[in-house]
Amino acid sequence: MNEYNFAYLDEQTKRMIRRAILKGLAVPGYQVPFASREMPMPYGWGTGGVQVSAATLTPGDTLKVIDQGADDTTNAVSIRKFFENTAGVETTEETEKATVIQTRHRIPEAKLRDDQIIVYQVPIPEPLRFLEPRETETRKMHSLEEYGLMHVKLYEDISRHGAISTAYAYPVKVSGRYVMDPSPIPKFDNPKLEMDAIQLFGAGREQRIYAVPPHTKVVSLDFEDYPFEATKANHPCDLCGANDSYLDEVIMDDAGNRMFVCSDTDFCRSRRAAGYQGRMAREEMQ
Amino acid sequence: MTPLLSVQDIRKTYGARVGCTGVNFDLYPGEVMGIVGESGSGKSTLLNCLAGHLEPDMGRVVFDTRADGPVDTVTMSEPERRKLGRTDWAFVHQHARDGLRMSVSAGGNIGERLMAVGERHYGAIRERAVDWLGRVEISETRVDDRPTDFSGGMQQRLQIARNLVTGPRLVFMDEPTGGLDVSVQARLLDLLRGLVREMGLSAIIVTHDLAVVRLLADRLMVMKDGHVVESGLTDQVLDDPQHAYTQLLVSSVLQV
Repeated sequence: MNEYNFAYLDEQTKRMIRRAILKGLAVPGYQVPFASREMPMPYGWGTGGVQVSAATLTPGDTLKVIDQGADDTTNAVSIRKFFENTAGVETTEETEKATVIQTRHRIPEAKLRDDQIIVYQVPIPEPLRFLEPRETETRKMHSLEEYGLMHVKLYEDISRHGAISTAYAYPVKVSGRYVMDPSPIPKFDNPKLEMDAIQLFGAGREQRIYAVPPHTKVVSLDFEDYPFEATKANHPCDLCGANDSYLDEVIMDDAGNRMFVCSDTDFCRSRRAAGYQGRMAREEMQ
Repeated sequence: MTPLLSVQDIRKTYGARVGCTGVNFDLYPGEVMGIVGESGSGKSTLLNCLAGHLEPDMGRVVFDTRADGPVDTVTMSEPERRKLGRTDWAFVHQHARDGLRMSVSAGGNIGERLMAVGERHYGAIRERAVDWLGRVEISETRVDDRPTDFSGGMQQRLQIARNLVTGPRLVFMDEPTGGLDVSVQARLLDLLRGLVREMGLSAIIVTHDLAVVRLLADRLMVMKDGHVVESGLTDQVLDDPQHAYTQLLVSSVLQV
């Protein structure tokens, strides 16, 4: 571990990233450009999130890393290992105990506190990108608050599918000013974006950092006659019986059997430890 | 009467080359102005200067805004100018592809301007879109189709619908009939003439097609090498051209 500076990045780089984070916090939802570094992992694996985490971590922090809500998938395990090796910080799978949480595609079910920081991995930070490919133009649209185009996307959804079918990376307006891509979290998580913890977003390939400070107003965009709805599979968790958590659908066999389980593994585990049981809880134990 | 648009001594150069220079005219509400000239005569440069797409080196473009009366659009702030661009102004491009979002349905294309000015009711937006498709003679059943599935003439009509939906007062058109075959051209011109009369629009039409200005324009400006060489009532200029270049232009039209 002595070969690396604390948390892999050198101190100057971390200062540069911290400046971008502070600017992002000062202007909620604004994408701050930063000099993203090459990281020892491919783009798309969370290079942005890792850099933000590295600049945020202190030796006394406890880190939790989740990927699609789970602590035990490749991305989560390898990033957790990465910081164990390069920073030597404590790691945990329990949301409660973590002080810094790096996440891909989910917000934990447990309510986050004001002494926690959540870091999102962002693939494409620009919410307007798929409708307007020119960066010069999207920057101008942000600076002049011309967000009509965002609603064109939602209009297309309704005209094609009869409802707003955007299910993840659902655009939000932060603090009444900037329209922001909340990273590819399911829209079920959108209401949680107004939280007590600090939220930081890092996009490594696109070299952007943005942030939502605690207790900031975050509104999901919608139409008057098609209001925003936070959706999930209409089913309880088959392991812990929770009715209010976001679920993954798992195909069990070729006969059409399937089960729904909490995507937040820590939430599901702690509920089962407390004695809650879902439909298939017994089978799993055998 | 206050002119809707007052153009004063516009000049635009590209390095040492002159795009257009010394252009002056007033456009009154409900009036249609044609600008003709050969390729490279500076007519598109002039139009882009007027519509705020290019910044002229010199001169004023004074527009009679609804709220504040006559304002110089060259020196106004960019947010204000862009706001004009999606409310009181409209710009019809020669190639519909430049003016449409090809990956968005016809309804979404028409609705974009409405959403840009704050309309947030899906039902209302769709109703307006269907109404405008009807006005430009596109079947209501095509409202969810993408412009890529449309013919050239339909794309151009869709572009017109998309521009006129917010009820602009001034329309800039750059060769609106370019690249269309003659029967489609004729229908498009018929449609444009109807809309201009019905909505009381003012328009500036740039074209090299004398038949288009004969049909649509009240007044005509002839440009050559960046200068206006002749201007006047359309019929007067076309029937009794004074300048040698205008005479050449009029006599160059093929007679069938």
